[in-house]
Amino acid sequence: MQLFPCPFCGPREESEFQYGGEAGNLRPDRDVTAERWADYLHMRDNPKGPTREIWVHMTCGEFFAMSRDSVNHKVSGSSVLGDVEHGR
Amino acid sequence: MSASRLAAGGSDIDRDRPLTFTFDGRRVEGFAGDTIASALLAGGQTVVGRSFKYHRPRGIWGSGVEEPNALVDVEGAAGRVPNARATTVQAADGITVRSVNASPTAENDRNAVLDRFARFLPAAFYYKTFMWPDWHLFEPRIRAMAGLGVVDSDWQPRKVSDQVNHHCDVLVVGAGPAGLAAAASAAAAGHSVVLADDGAHPGGSLRHRAGEVDGVEGKAWVEVTVAGLKGAGQLVLSDTTAFGLYDHNLVALNQRHADGRPDTLWRVRPRRIVLATGAIERPVPFANNDLPGILSADAALSYLRRHGVLVGREVVVATNNDSAYEPALALAAAGASVTVVDCRRDGGAQAKTRIRVLAGRTVAAARGRSAVQGVLLDEGTTLAADCVLISGGWTPTVHLFSQAKGKLAWSDQLAAFIPGEAIGEIAVAGAVAGTVSLSDALASGAAAPGDFGSSSPAPRGTGTEATLGVVSLWPKPKARGRVWVDYQSDVTARDVELAARENFVSVEHLKRYTTLGMATDQGKTSNLNGLALLADITGRGIPDVGTTTYRPPFTPVPFASLAGSRRGSMHVPVRRLPLEANHRRAGGVFQEYGGWLRPAYYGGGEADASIQEEARRARQSVALFDGSTLGKIEVIGPRAAEFVDFIYYNTMSTLKPGHCRYGFMLSENGVVFDDGVLVRLDEHRFIVSCSSSHVAAVHARLEEWRQDRFGRDAVYIHNATAQYATLTVSGPNARQVMEALDLGVALDDASLPHMAVAAGRFAGDEVRIARVSFTGDRSYEISIRADRAEALWARMQQEGRAFDAVLLGLESLMILRAEKGYIVIGKDTDGTTMPHDLGVAGPRTKRADEFVGRRSLFTEAANGTDRNRLVGLAVREGEAPLATGAHGVEKRDGRLRSIGFVTSSYQSPALGRPVALALIERGPARHGETIDVQHLGVVRQATIVAPCALDPEGRRLHA
Ligand SMILES: [Zn+2]
Repeated sequence: MQLFPCPFCGPREESEFQYGGEAGNLRPDRDVTAERWADYLHMRDNPKGPTREIWVHMTCGEFFAMSRDSVNHKVSGSSVLGDVEHGR
Repeated sequence: MSASRLAAGGSDIDRDRPLTFTFDGRRVEGFAGDTIASALLAGGQTVVGRSFKYHRPRGIWGSGVEEPNALVDVEGAAGRVPNARATTVQAADGITVRSVNASPTAENDRNAVLDRFARFLPAAFYYKTFMWPDWHLFEPRIRAMAGLGVVDSDWQPRKVSDQVNHHCDVLVVGAGPAGLAAAASAAAAGHSVVLADDGAHPGGSLRHRAGEVDGVEGKAWVEVTVAGLKGAGQLVLSDTTAFGLYDHNLVALNQRHADGRPDTLWRVRPRRIVLATGAIERPVPFANNDLPGILSADAALSYLRRHGVLVGREVVVATNNDSAYEPALALAAAGASVTVVDCRRDGGAQAKTRIRVLAGRTVAAARGRSAVQGVLLDEGTTLAADCVLISGGWTPTVHLFSQAKGKLAWSDQLAAFIPGEAIGEIAVAGAVAGTVSLSDALASGAAAPGDFGSSSPAPRGTGTEATLGVVSLWPKPKARGRVWVDYQSDVTARDVELAARENFVSVEHLKRYTTLGMATDQGKTSNLNGLALLADITGRGIPDVGTTTYRPPFTPVPFASLAGSRRGSMHVPVRRLPLEANHRRAGGVFQEYGGWLRPAYYGGGEADASIQEEARRARQSVALFDGSTLGKIEVIGPRAAEFVDFIYYNTMSTLKPGHCRYGFMLSENGVVFDDGVLVRLDEHRFIVSCSSSHVAAVHARLEEWRQDRFGRDAVYIHNATAQYATLTVSGPNARQVMEALDLGVALDDASLPHMAVAAGRFAGDEVRIARVSFTGDRSYEISIRADRAEALWARMQQEGRAFDAVLLGLESLMILRAEKGYIVIGKDTDGTTMPHDLGVAGPRTKRADEFVGRRSLFTEAANGTDRNRLVGLAVREGEAPLATGAHGVEKRDGRLRSIGFVTSSYQSPALGRPVALALIERGPARHGETIDVQHLGVVRQATIVAPCALDPEGRRLHA
């Protein structure tokens, strides 16, 4: 059982969290090609090693960004969603 | 074997407290402090079980968790525990112990004949032989023959297992000398410590091996150290096995209780972990090395010193290392005649004056049928023996280290794998780290806490220090006779050779092909011998062969411990209606629907008839229904209107306050995710009324879009589902009942038309009245504070009496909505259904603004003309309803293919015929067409019609 740091609640067990997707998968503009839209819906990098992901802490309901390593499961930090993740 | 209890001795037992229990129906006497194994040995019980595959007689081999043979079913105060190790379960007065895999008893097992066919039953015999016609034909009989303990299928826990979450600075696993030194060092530095040991008492090897620490006798040092830890408020857990080491320093431990309480599960999250898990003695390979009476030398010493049991009178010790000499000398001193067969030419030089040592010799075979009677040496002579102790070196207990993904390193000096490079805050100490002498064990223990340790000097061994001097003595290919590698899963050296010959040369393949190391002991005594043999056969070094993956649990853990209170009704708790008690009094028969416990129908009668009657009466006058499970998620804020436009497929911002509108929510892939009514209370406040079983998912989705796209301060979302009860009045006489309730609301159609909302009052409480309908009849939903719902429900029933009001269960409601062609998402839709498949194409073609899933509605697949679309199906006059799930079929190019399926199907009492909804290819374009519908091989005909079978003009909504 991993411990994830919710930026709002502190360290909590992984069972309280749900995966929200890879960070940076921004929603494309409305009139994109079908290929671009399919990329947004389905294509993932699934990196081996350092990753940056969106997670949601189900008990407080807040989405946030977390940096962790997909190989050794080390978590290097988490942060409130900012302009980058919002695509602004 | 002639094991017996000595007249004195045994540090663990209390001779003033005798006890008796039964083993295979026979009476066994012991003392408090005995394990089941030590009491069986003391009682002269040589055969304690039968082997897994060949039903060979087996005796006790070890004295702890490594035990491969002595598995027993124990029935005691806590119920029956199957497959318990007799070596780790404390004997108790009155318990019933049965051998496993043996009938009627271990000594007289009727399947023992299997062993005579052993040469026809090599590894993978069953898989190879019973392929035709189908393995499953033979499986039940083979499994019945091969099984171990018997699970009590009626078992109920008398108490629920406790589960404890605990945090500490340092967790030390293993309370031998190294673990104790580690715990003492961390405690002295002021850190919080948990010291866990799987034995009944702390001390590890110091409980039965000679040792002196800082001038004090070993056991006394253990007592003082443990007392010091406890006195300082540290947690010392005995009978507690650390069975799993997981991510982020989580260690799971299972604690057993001698008083009949169920096991306790501990989840400990230390900052630093010290693994002082010791090492396990390995068997020595020779033919028939599995005969009862052949056991670990260290175990024999433990039984002698801890339980006062002498395991034999005429003892041969077969070894390749120095550690066998302390047991040899101790048993000789206790009165046994002892001969050591040491494969080393210079072995046992110091012991020669006191016992007979045959140096440079090995045991080739053991003799005897159901117990060992002697050994045959490599040069051909025989020795008589009633007991053979074997000591083939020590295998460090690296399981937890390896579970943490620690890499192992091969040590030629120890002839074993030891932990390699340290990982994170996990340290190893003592025998698991490869230490041999007591001083080294203590020093490595004291150093293991690292930054959490104290700087005071480590305790030191002050007596004679142990040496090992182990040389390799691995199983060899082409050996004579049957040399057992894995006792518990009955794997011999020949099975390993066969696997290698058939090219299963990867260690993971070897394991699965032969089942080496796959029994409940996970190969604690056998793995290394198996690897070494495979290395020899394939001409590789042992480190090149490598080990199999270590996975939790280290020892079997009862499910009851893992489950804790999450069992039975607490496993997935159902959600309950505020008015459940009222529905029960009214004869409600409850079922679970999407996690909610709801009345399926009312009255004690036959289900189908009751459901039909409810549906029939609902159309005649008036029906009352508890719809409290409907979602009520409030969306509030300056951008709320913009938000709901984005969330819904339908434009919602044009909705006027005081009105509501039906709509779909889509997923980003364009598939319909939920449907329901959106209420607009005022300019900036909406209520999302979503499907009952979907509330949590819809709420999560709203939150995601709110946070991702709109911002925390622009929209606020509150799930108020549980705060309100929603009670519905439906039917031609619904308005009359509503008038009688006197809620202070004008109910004429001009003031409260269909899809309008009003605020009223009931007994001083505000209520919300929404004129929406899931039955197709005029309906009113009244939402009220959940804690005030009872009085309103009573009043509704009272006023309804004059109109012959009927209570609707969920089943009859399903009929009413299906008559109208109203869908249930997930039942009448699947993971491909888009809104235009349900006949709602308007927003797709008309909306210019952006909404969730929009782009997906214009892909090639979404534009396809052969999509499955919602239709109704009519059966021929007088026929029964279609089966839900039946497929529409057609022949194309000679092959039968599915053209969709029935999603809902009921007998309609109002229409006097069946109604059905279905998703059928190009459905709406085929109205009037008759198709074949197939279910369980039976083909019927049905005609495609519009989904709405009753009152297609919608007059009843306003009646
Ligand atoms: Zn949180």
